[in-house]
Amino acid sequence: MQSFLLLTLILLSAGAYSLGRHRAFAVAGGHIRNLHSLPSFYGSYAALWCGLPALLVFAVWATLQPNVIIDLVVAGLPPELRNLPPDRLNLVVNDLKNLVSGNIVSSTPNSAMLEAANHYRNLRVIGNASLWIVVLTLAIAGVTYAWRAISPTLRARNRVEQVVNLFLIVSSTVAIFTTVGIVLSVVFESILFFRQIPITEFLFGLQWSPQTALRVDQVGSSGAFGSVPLFAGTLLISGIAMLVAVPIGLMSALFLSEYATPRFRAVAKPALEILAGIPTVVYGFFAALTVAPLIREIGTALGLHVASESALAAGLVMGIMIIPFVSSLSDDVINAVPQSMRDGSYALGATRSETIKRVLLPAALPGIVGSILLAVSRAIGETMIVVMAAGLSANLTANPLEAVTTVTVQIVTLLTGDQEFDSPKTLAAFALGLMLFVVTLILNIIALHVVRKYREQYE
Amino acid sequence: MNKQPTPSPAPSVPNRDIKTIVNAGLKRRHAAERRFRWYGLIAISLGLAFVALMFVNIIGKGYPAFWQTYVQIPIKFDPEVIDPDGKRDPQALANADYAALVRVGMRQLFPNVQGRLELRALYGLVSSDAAHELQDRVLQNPALLGAEQEIWLLTSATVDTLVKGNIDRALDESERPIKDNQIEWVDKLQATGKIEKKFNAILFRNGDSREPEQAGIRGALVGSFYTLLVTFLLSFPIGVATAVYLEEFAPKNRWTDLIEVNINNLAAVPSIVFGLLGLAVFINFFGLPRSAPLVGGLVLSLMTLPVIIIAGRAALTSVPPSIREAALGMGASKLQMVGHHVLPLAMPGMLTGSIIGMARALGESAPLLMIGMVAFIVDVPKSFLDPATVLPVQIYLWSDLPERAFVERTSAAIMVLLAFMILMNALAIVLRKRFERRW
Repeated sequence: MQSFLLLTLILLSAGAYSLGRHRAFAVAGGHIRNLHSLPSFYGSYAALWCGLPALLVFAVWATLQPNVIIDLVVAGLPPELRNLPPDRLNLVVNDLKNLVSGNIVSSTPNSAMLEAANHYRNLRVIGNASLWIVVLTLAIAGVTYAWRAISPTLRARNRVEQVVNLFLIVSSTVAIFTTVGIVLSVVFESILFFRQIPITEFLFGLQWSPQTALRVDQVGSSGAFGSVPLFAGTLLISGIAMLVAVPIGLMSALFLSEYATPRFRAVAKPALEILAGIPTVVYGFFAALTVAPLIREIGTALGLHVASESALAAGLVMGIMIIPFVSSLSDDVINAVPQSMRDGSYALGATRSETIKRVLLPAALPGIVGSILLAVSRAIGETMIVVMAAGLSANLTANPLEAVTTVTVQIVTLLTGDQEFDSPKTLAAFALGLMLFVVTLILNIIALHVVRKYREQYE
Repeated sequence: MNKQPTPSPAPSVPNRDIKTIVNAGLKRRHAAERRFRWYGLIAISLGLAFVALMFVNIIGKGYPAFWQTYVQIPIKFDPEVIDPDGKRDPQALANADYAALVRVGMRQLFPNVQGRLELRALYGLVSSDAAHELQDRVLQNPALLGAEQEIWLLTSATVDTLVKGNIDRALDESERPIKDNQIEWVDKLQATGKIEKKFNAILFRNGDSREPEQAGIRGALVGSFYTLLVTFLLSFPIGVATAVYLEEFAPKNRWTDLIEVNINNLAAVPSIVFGLLGLAVFINFFGLPRSAPLVGGLVLSLMTLPVIIIAGRAALTSVPPSIREAALGMGASKLQMVGHHVLPLAMPGMLTGSIIGMARALGESAPLLMIGMVAFIVDVPKSFLDPATVLPVQIYLWSDLPERAFVERTSAAIMVLLAFMILMNALAIVLRKRFERRW
């Protein structure tokens, strides 16, 4: 219904385009040189007048209509239904919606509900009909206005370009709105959370068990929100990942840039970068079904107790995932070191490895540190591997063979499934998200700063 | 005055001795050099070995899922069972007890099986999908009534696992998902050629299911398609417009600096945070439905946007300024210059970046968990607002299930996902090779 209206609008705009063009030819007496702009600009001018205002109204109307209709229907309900508590009322509204769309309803509809459903249907028909009328009227009014406005002296090109320019500017602000949206949404919910749980308990508490009691006398659901074990777990897994990724990634980068023949490099570098392109859910599957049992078997053979969701398995696989980040970022940094420094070292009689260790690495160190920091922020924010391969219970331990949980795992477990939106349990997820956002942001800013500052030295 | 510098004093160590000192250390230094080289080679081989190991592991687990075991059963389309009234009423035909036909057929294959428990074990060899299959056949062709046919029907997942050799027959009966007598029957059927593995079309035809043998990825594929369509339609125009604005029009001031910093930061924000944004803004604030591809696409387009913008800006800067000057010199307006000359030249690079961004969006699952695309959904979505799931999330859901048949299917779904990603990346590489211009 609404997509059909959108299609009509597009067709109308196309018609307006050719109408505007013809009009421009007509007012110019058939000579383009009499016109201020090219005829196609007059066409676009008419099309914009036809399409844009109508489209704006359409967008606003389409987003508001469902809520307005619900409000009207609720207002028309008999008082005993209208005065229900909000959550019960929500159920009634859901039933109504199902009734209207012809789905199965949870309770047998009574006469009041049927009446309300009819009311709903009527309102929707009225709403859609008036939407059509308003949008089409606006489109036609726009075309009429453009038709009258088109004259040889109309600066159609400037007007059209103004609109396009506006579109470009608005598009470029989307990035800012996204950041603002992220910050506002996490901060707002976090404030609600910190009203219920003191911020000191969240930051320094050593207990994490987000099950809140449904009844006052319930056993075993204390609801502790101390995030230290989560961050400890995150650090443990990220640390293991970095232990895998940094040596392998760095040595690969050094080998590829200093030792490898161009042909070997041309094959090995993209092959290594395949690792970066594999979806993380695949790594998670690999970690949970192949690596974790393997580590457990090896551990048991050595007489160690290994948890089936050990931090080691998740960390190892995450390390594999991060290898290409470390290697390609350090590769860039190493290549940015001027050849003259290598040549100077060789001229003094140093071997290649001595040149690398004494000249290249010290020169490239800030960049390498920056790339490692970026990799760490990646590891901290990584979700799927730990959701699938790390544990759920918050242990405060440094033993990589035990199961630990991470910030991202907790966010996912707290927010998947059914949830009410005001319990500390769900709000805690947003507080964790805020911490995650802040930590990764700081890491990224430091890393980018270090890398940029270093680059300037050699340029 | 004698300005001649005094000759430098002779080196305390004669030349010959430096040589011996250097030579003495040379062996050690060369050994260190070789060691270092080996470390590098080992590191890179480890990296490549991981790539190979993952692919071998997943393909090894997943390829059997492309075949599925079927059993040939003699089915008598008994009008007494299907249509006792004899009216051929479609409603009656649809509601008939087709499982009974399957049961009769199985008893016909093994007339010696007696007793309730034994019979139930026997019927358990066939999937519950078999009844649907027969129903479909009858509804399509009511003339089948009264006919007798040998029909290939789907076996249950345990039989499939046994036939593929993934159940250890040496285990004790209580530790196996399949009983001794069932194994005996399957062996007998196999010996007479009544069990066969056929191409698993169900995997691509069905939505999700609790029964492994009936579960497919059709729903997830369609969901991924809708989600990516929304992502592309939103992020490509906005990304290109932003790149054009920042490269070609924006004045150099605080505001544009702020935009740039924002874009760079967004590129590094963990994906799950975008999921929180989607949950708080799109679902709770704007009241969009949960699990909808529309919301998933919105979230993913916000994530993909920085990638497209950064690639787009790189493509724009690689267009030489002479092109711009020539266009402006011919009297084009700035917008005409960009629209007619710069943008077409930068388009291949922009498309390449966008395709790579879309490939990443295709593999993304964490933010979609936040907005409820993890529900168990059997139906294939038909619009942007239907509840849906996407391929990576389907993989996540299946990976949690313990049955061996689901492990197989998870790997198969991963293979399909990887195939799509390789396809998209290959397309990007071809685009770059074909249209890239060196200036």
